[in-house]
Amino acid sequence: MKVFGIRLPGMSSLLLWGLLWEIVGRSGYSFFVPPLSDVVTTLFEIIGTAAFQKALYETAYAFCSGVFFAIVIGIPTGILMGKNRLIDELLLPWVNIFLSAPLTALVPVLMVLFGFGMKSIIITTTLFAIWIIILNARAGVMQINRSLVEMATSFGATPWAAFSKIYFWAALPEILGGVRIGIIRAVKGVIIGQLLISLVGFGALFELYSNNFLMKHFWAVLVVLFALAFTISEFLAYLERRVSYYAAKR
Amino acid sequence: MAMLQTNALAEDLVHHQTDNAVAVSGVSKNYGDVEALKNLSLDFPRGQLTSLLGPSGCGKTTLLKIIAGLLEPTDGEILVNGSPVTGPGEDRAFVFQDFALLPWASVLRNVAFGLELRGVARSEREDIAIKYIKEVGLDGFEKSFPHELSGGMRQRVGLARALSVDSDVLLMDEPFSAVDEQTRRKFQEDLLALVANENKTFIFVTHSIEEAVYVSDQIAILLPRPSRVADIIRPTGLREKDTASIRRDPEYLDIVDEIWASLKSYVE
Ligand SMILES: Nc1ncnc2c1ncn2[C@@H]1O[C@H](COP(=O)(O)OP(=O)(O)OP(=O)(O)O)[C@@H](O)[C@H]1O
Ligand SMILES: [Mg+2]
Repeated sequence: MKVFGIRLPGMSSLLLWGLLWEIVGRSGYSFFVPPLSDVVTTLFEIIGTAAFQKALYETAYAFCSGVFFAIVIGIPTGILMGKNRLIDELLLPWVNIFLSAPLTALVPVLMVLFGFGMKSIIITTTLFAIWIIILNARAGVMQINRSLVEMATSFGATPWAAFSKIYFWAALPEILGGVRIGIIRAVKGVIIGQLLISLVGFGALFELYSNNFLMKHFWAVLVVLFALAFTISEFLAYLERRVSYYAAKR
Repeated sequence: MAMLQTNALAEDLVHHQTDNAVAVSGVSKNYGDVEALKNLSLDFPRGQLTSLLGPSGCGKTTLLKIIAGLLEPTDGEILVNGSPVTGPGEDRAFVFQDFALLPWASVLRNVAFGLELRGVARSEREDIAIKYIKEVGLDGFEKSFPHELSGGMRQRVGLARALSVDSDVLLMDEPFSAVDEQTRRKFQEDLLALVANENKTFIFVTHSIEEAVYVSDQIAILLPRPSRVADIIRPTGLREKDTASIRRDPEYLDIVDEIWASLKSYVE
């Protein structure tokens, strides 16, 4: 972006929005919108507290486990679906249904099935992330250059070698695209899961802050979560760009 | 006239029983209702280059893939070094028309990839790969990636990969069709040198009559519907001549004309 011929660094417009927030906050327009500066001060206060760190640790744990399962189950499933017609016919309807399903509505069911703790949150996170990962891995495999597969076959590749040396790498740009979107969905999943279950992690923290009308705290935690989600997504986009150079040349 | 010559050649072959690296007998292949090949028989003498020449859609690629073990014939049998083909094997290597290189791997890894799939240890396979990279004239490009190379260079990588597994039989599906005319001529000369130096059997698919006559010991002309070997031509006299002057040779020109005459009716 350029203003008066001066090149501004990316996202400097955020400053403007921050300023707006500060003004609205200071005008005392609403009790629910404290000034940004107060929120930031609170943020640094609560970051050191044990409650916050526990919440952060629990969230990170649920998030990482959920994403881990989504990736290690999702990628092979997607690749298998792309390779095998039968598996594809069996699974594709379910993947499509779950991709568009309002998964939030499933969380109470999960709570009944898996209890009110960490397990349910991890499963919720996985359920949010896995479908798009499967679909993208599948799409990546389906567009694979047939002669690469024939080449591997002609040199006597075992099914495992074809999988790990050809299919995976050929589909990598699509797989990473799917993982990135899946992880962004997992952020939603982990937060929604915690809010609905509200005994663990930030769910508990949110519950505490909003019940006691600690708006500054509430916003501070929200800012942290937004920043974390955004950073993760940007980092993944960066990784994706690094492999996409060959996407066009397969 | 073509038929007469076929008979004469057939007798000729019976008299000089050659050692065949590959023998195709009675092979048929149907794709659903399409009869791609019907009862096709053809022998490929060891150490020689045989071209498969014919109009588009007559089943050249199909035949090559059946020999490679990538496709199963509906009927018939293929013998490689006397044993029947049941799938891909170490005795055959394929050179692909579209190169089939791994875009995410360097030239070195691509050339070594056939050996990698066959379980050869890394240092050993890289030594072999380096040798063949040199042989096809790509030294200095070991660390390059396929997208950094020209079409001709990519095909050299594909060729080096096929050479480095050291198979008896090299199957090449229109390997030079994606390169420009100058590169193509250079490749044809290199191919002649390869046939002379490497003790391998080459099976070579091409659309180009001139190319077939220039490089082949034996040309099998395939015709569609029903697909069959219409004619086998052996430009034996040409192989003793200097590669630089073949294209001006009267025998070369005669054979080109003759093949064109027998193919013409199918192109119109
Ligand atoms: N996978 C397939 N399914 C159905 N029909 C096929 C398939 N592959 C080839 N055919 C048919 O079989 C016939 C022979 O095909 P093939 O690719 O072997 O011809 P070709 O001689 O290599 O042609 P070209 O010179 O154009 O490469 C064609 O009529 C084609 O339509
Ligand atoms: Mg073909």
